[in-house]
Amino acid sequence: MESPETTQNWYLLLSTVLFSIGVMGVLFRRNALIILMCIELMLNAVNLLLVSFSAYSGNTEGQVFVFFIMVVAAAEVAVGLALMVSIYRNIGSIDINVLNKLKW
Amino acid sequence: MSSQLIFYILSALSIVSALFVVFSRSPIYSVLSLIVCFFSIAGHYVMLNAQFLAIVHIIVYAGAIMVLMLFTVMLLNLNKSTEPHKTNLTKIMAIVSGGLLMLTLLASIKAEKLGVYKAPEVSDIGYVQNVGMKLFTDFLLPFEISSVLFVSAMIAAVVLAKKERN
Amino acid sequence: MNNITELTSLITPALMVPLLPLIGFFVVALFGKKLGHASGWIASLMILASFICSLFLFNGLSGGKSLNFDVYEWIKFGEVSLSFGFLIDQLSLVMLLVITGIGFLIHIYSIGYMHHDEGFSRFFSYLNLFIFFMLLLVMGNSYLVMFIGWEGVGLCSYLLIGFWFKNPAYNDAAKKAFIMNRIGDLGFLLGMFMLVFYFGGLDYGIVNQSAMTMEKGSGILVLTTLLLFVGATGKSAQLPLYTWLPDAMAGPTPVSALIHAATMVTAGIYMIARSNILFVLAPFTLEIILVIGVATSLFAAIIGIKQNDIKKVLAYSTVSQLGLMFAALGLGAFESGMFHVFTHAFFKALLFLGAGSVIHAMSGEQDIRNMGGLRKYTKVTFITFLIGSLAISGIFPFAGFFSKDEILAASFEHNKIVWILLSISSMITAFYMFRLVFLTFYGDFRGTEEQKHHLHESPATITIPLMVLAVLSIVGGFIGLPAVFSKIHSFKAFLAPVFADSKTLVEAAHEHSHSTEWMLMGIATIAALISIGYAWSLYISKKVIPENDSELSGFSKWVSNKFYVDEFYDAVFVRPFKVLSDLFLVLFDKLIIDMLVNLSALIVDVTGRTYRLIQTGNTGFYVFAMVISVVVFLFIQIIQ
Repeated sequence: MESPETTQNWYLLLSTVLFSIGVMGVLFRRNALIILMCIELMLNAVNLLLVSFSAYSGNTEGQVFVFFIMVVAAAEVAVGLALMVSIYRNIGSIDINVLNKLKW
Repeated sequence: MSSQLIFYILSALSIVSALFVVFSRSPIYSVLSLIVCFFSIAGHYVMLNAQFLAIVHIIVYAGAIMVLMLFTVMLLNLNKSTEPHKTNLTKIMAIVSGGLLMLTLLASIKAEKLGVYKAPEVSDIGYVQNVGMKLFTDFLLPFEISSVLFVSAMIAAVVLAKKERN
Repeated sequence: MNNITELTSLITPALMVPLLPLIGFFVVALFGKKLGHASGWIASLMILASFICSLFLFNGLSGGKSLNFDVYEWIKFGEVSLSFGFLIDQLSLVMLLVITGIGFLIHIYSIGYMHHDEGFSRFFSYLNLFIFFMLLLVMGNSYLVMFIGWEGVGLCSYLLIGFWFKNPAYNDAAKKAFIMNRIGDLGFLLGMFMLVFYFGGLDYGIVNQSAMTMEKGSGILVLTTLLLFVGATGKSAQLPLYTWLPDAMAGPTPVSALIHAATMVTAGIYMIARSNILFVLAPFTLEIILVIGVATSLFAAIIGIKQNDIKKVLAYSTVSQLGLMFAALGLGAFESGMFHVFTHAFFKALLFLGAGSVIHAMSGEQDIRNMGGLRKYTKVTFITFLIGSLAISGIFPFAGFFSKDEILAASFEHNKIVWILLSISSMITAFYMFRLVFLTFYGDFRGTEEQKHHLHESPATITIPLMVLAVLSIVGGFIGLPAVFSKIHSFKAFLAPVFADSKTLVEAAHEHSHSTEWMLMGIATIAALISIGYAWSLYISKKVIPENDSELSGFSKWVSNKFYVDEFYDAVFVRPFKVLSDLFLVLFDKLIIDMLVNLSALIVDVTGRTYRLIQTGNTGFYVFAMVISVVVFLFIQIIQ
């Protein structure tokens, strides 16, 4: 690193890593709640990317988009958790391998 | 130099906590490490001149969403690691495909030949005033519509989580 | 055209004329069940309002003005632009007044006539819809709008003939009417294609203009007009497509009066009168129309002699009178044809409504052999029916006399043989009409005791329209007095602007001397009186009752069976068609089409069965597939 300052490429690298960890988590775990958390992680990786673009181009609009993504994420979590509670109440588990009725 | 040091520390913290989310046995630990991860991301936001967003991020994610998650974990009594683990094959597949995805993403970023941008000077783009101006002028309609989304999400959550009569 | 600006105030009432019945249709169709018998009055009021708007237009367009406006451009392709617009001139006005005026009377009549029917409000919704389409037909400013109305009235006619759809025979009659009309409509449609292709549009103005530039009697003109005439023969029940009209009597009697006597069946005549310039430029077509018209007039009149169903007699008489009108058109006497349309609407509606009143009194009986002596029980019906019969027979001074006389005079000038044939036809008309009157109203009652006990005059909603129409049948002719009585023929003068252009294309009609005119009128009246007298001697003096069908022999058997035309059509067209259909069903449908359809279904089935195995239901697998796909896509992107 010649430049002492942090370039944007570092942020790209960081969000890619976080995003990939999120994807890996979705594949790795069977607990639906953890999967939901991994999805949140992916969303945050994207948010970080957007904020970095916003900062490096000196434009507020990227931050506004992050704001809307948070809105959607909050709504998604509310509905997702409600679904999970209701699934757990019905079949006593939130293991996604049990939820395989939706096929042919 | 100091800002770069902070960046490295925050990055390391967020990556490690993210890995903890995925690999910890107990869901409670996952939730807690995710909160740590979110705090470190909030730190990044501050570094990137997004002060208002950093605060909102902490309030919404750490304050609301993660509490909700924690609450659900306890409600469903998932604390003990009852989760049956996947076979080793699927685990390896998961790690390999996650790594593959990361590699291809990085490769594609490299292939795009992004220019090297200058570090942001300290500016006021992330202040409440500026974000608010944007939000209530150019993005007024999406802003209003998002409230409709919230109402519907709220109703959906209530309806779904309600105990059925019989 | 005329100065449009001063007429713009008339556009609103012009639009109201067809819109009001349409509104009535929607209201009655949607809320008919709740409205009950009020729906009849609502429907009637809509037509009355429409009639008042028509009168307003009549007043506003006095003095030969006409109103032509486009509502919007409908279809545009290449050079041709088809717009949806209205043209209201003298010809449309005559039709408007007839349709809404007689339509209103018949609506009122129907309130009484259909009172006990369970489909009361359905009936009125159909009637209003019919009036709407009929108004569209006569108000359009292009053949396209006319065609919409033309098809619409066909639909309503079908619905109303099959109104009592629980009876299969009535349904068959409705289908027959519809199919026969379709044959004619095909001709009309092809004619319209010809117009678009060779005349550059369907607007009357455009068509007439380009027709004027063509050579008189050229092949395109003749072919186009012949095709249009085929359309007219279907709708107006001419040879060889007339057989649907007698069967159409299956519908309720007010329908027969409104649709199958006064308005819809005259649409063909209106169409030809509207296209007068085209037809004048195609003399060959006019000759064909003349031949068909005379033949139909005579043929239907002969069949009418032997019919015993009161409505069938009137139906054949309608066909015969329509033939007379076509003969007038074929002679180029468009005004006379329209004049007969006008007067015929009055007395034929009157006769049908009178017949309906008789049927009402006889509790549904329609066979005149079972009637007789009804004049003692149904005075108003008898008197009005008699007036109608006198009018149709052409007795001075009833309406039919003047219009018929004009046509006969025109034919006398054109060709003596035509004149003789038409005179014979009108003699026969007088004979069978009075046969009907004498058998129905005179002599002794021949029905059952129960029917005799039940005999009664109809309620006021039925008798008042009868009286109004009777008055119109008496005075209706006076607007077109022949030259010997009056210097001005007001009906001709009124219609003059419509036919002004076509008059310039043919040499001026030769005026008869007054003595010829007197002679023609004298002959016509005497001929009618002779046949009435003959009918009197047969059915009053000798008290002849028509024999049962089985006792007939020779020529009268042929006549009674309508010359076996239906059987002929059945043998020549329907049966071969059925055989062919059966053949194609086995060969083409079952073998080829079914095989193709089943084959494609089989392919879908097999591939579906194979590919569904991918759907494991395992969420992890889905996510895995998704991630791998993203990786592959990105990889391809990088390589490129």
